Amino acid sequence: MDFSGAYSPAHLKFLLEGFLVTLEVAFISIILSFAVGIVIGTLRYGRIPVVSHILAVGVETIRNLPLLLIIFFTYFALPEVGFKLDKLYAAILALVIFESAMLSEIVRSGLNSIEKGQIEAARSSGLTYVQTLWHIILPQALRRMVPPIVGQFISLLKDTSLAVVIALPELMNHAQIINGRNVNYVIPIFLLVAMMYFIVNYSLSLVSRKLEHKH
Amino acid sequence: MLNYSILIDHWDMYMQGFSNTLKSSLLALVGSLVAGTIIAIFRIAPIRPLNWIGAIYVEFIRNIPLILIVFVFFVGLPAIGIRLDPFTAGTLGLTVYTAAFIAEAIRAGILSVPKGQMEAARSSGLTYLQAMWHIILPQAIKIVIPPLGNQFINLVKNSSVLGVIAGLDLMYFGDLISSETFVTFDVYIFVAMLYLVLTIPLSLGVGALERRLARSR
Repeated sequence: MDFSGAYSPAHLKFLLEGFLVTLEVAFISIILSFAVGIVIGTLRYGRIPVVSHILAVGVETIRNLPLLLIIFFTYFALPEVGFKLDKLYAAILALVIFESAMLSEIVRSGLNSIEKGQIEAARSSGLTYVQTLWHIILPQALRRMVPPIVGQFISLLKDTSLAVVIALPELMNHAQIINGRNVNYVIPIFLLVAMMYFIVNYSLSLVSRKLEHKH
Repeated sequence: MLNYSILIDHWDMYMQGFSNTLKSSLLALVGSLVAGTIIAIFRIAPIRPLNWIGAIYVEFIRNIPLILIVFVFFVGLPAIGIRLDPFTAGTLGLTVYTAAFIAEAIRAGILSVPKGQMEAARSSGLTYLQAMWHIILPQAIKIVIPPLGNQFINLVKNSSVLGVIAGLDLMYFGDLISSETFVTFDVYIFVAMLYLVLTIPLSLGVGALERRLARSR
């Protein structure tokens, strides 16, 4: 084990650069997945014939597949049908497909947790169904969804490491590159990388816990 | 139209991967059930240092990526002279990771059993561990089963990380077949179908259990 060599300034800078890519990918993906998740979750909640059923099948299929397979798919299989993406976009697309299915379930159960009487009251005071959803139901449901959404963001941040399989230059990829230089670096580098993920994710989980106690 | 000859010609490889995926998931489930129960008891036992050990394990493991843990077993251990084959390294990584989640599920189950049960058992002469094993755990099980089912579904999906370290699972063979045949799209669709054969029935089962439990409350 070689701690001083492993933690050289050049290595630390390289790991930090990787971590920035990890955070960037996670951040872009969570925002996109949240938008898609709200749309799908609301459409499923609305019980629109055919549309809700098709979405249900889609969401259940995606949720029951390994994310790794979806990453392989967007990067290696899509080019075969004429849809070539570079690593960054392939990783983001895969994460958005997977996480928006997860988030849509959070949105749907959040919406379901609002008492039906609220809809009836809003409708009988003259709001349309869509107005009721937008002004009455969604704002209340969103507040209840915050803790599980933070939890999902922690999962997403961890899951970005799977993009190591397509050599996206994120934290795990940079760690493996340093590990390849000297076998004595392996343990110190894994320790440091684990701490980097841990500090960010644990802080997030503390925030989530605090929010949970507020409600 | 999918090219089914690729599925039929390589059927044995798909099946070998499928059975290894199932084997790894089942081994990791049993391992993480045992480890998770011990960690859960650590977290609630009336002994402070054990509480800390349990809490540190759960919080640390839950907040780092699975693939990092698998790499520690596959790349980290050889660096200090311990060599494991990819399947074992991957399955151990899965076990260590999943144990943290299962420990939390079991802890929640145990805490849901009224406190008076433990007090009654202790005052009738059982030791703490006897009370836990004979009185508390059997009652906690009912609440714990649906989340455990979800963890098993996650395990099946997560076992695909074995593919990254050549762990002979379904993901690995899918990769191998696609590089042999130069067909990726169709091969990954077949691989996806085989994962769904495992996960969809599990999901439906867990969903039914959850609904039944919700009604019985």
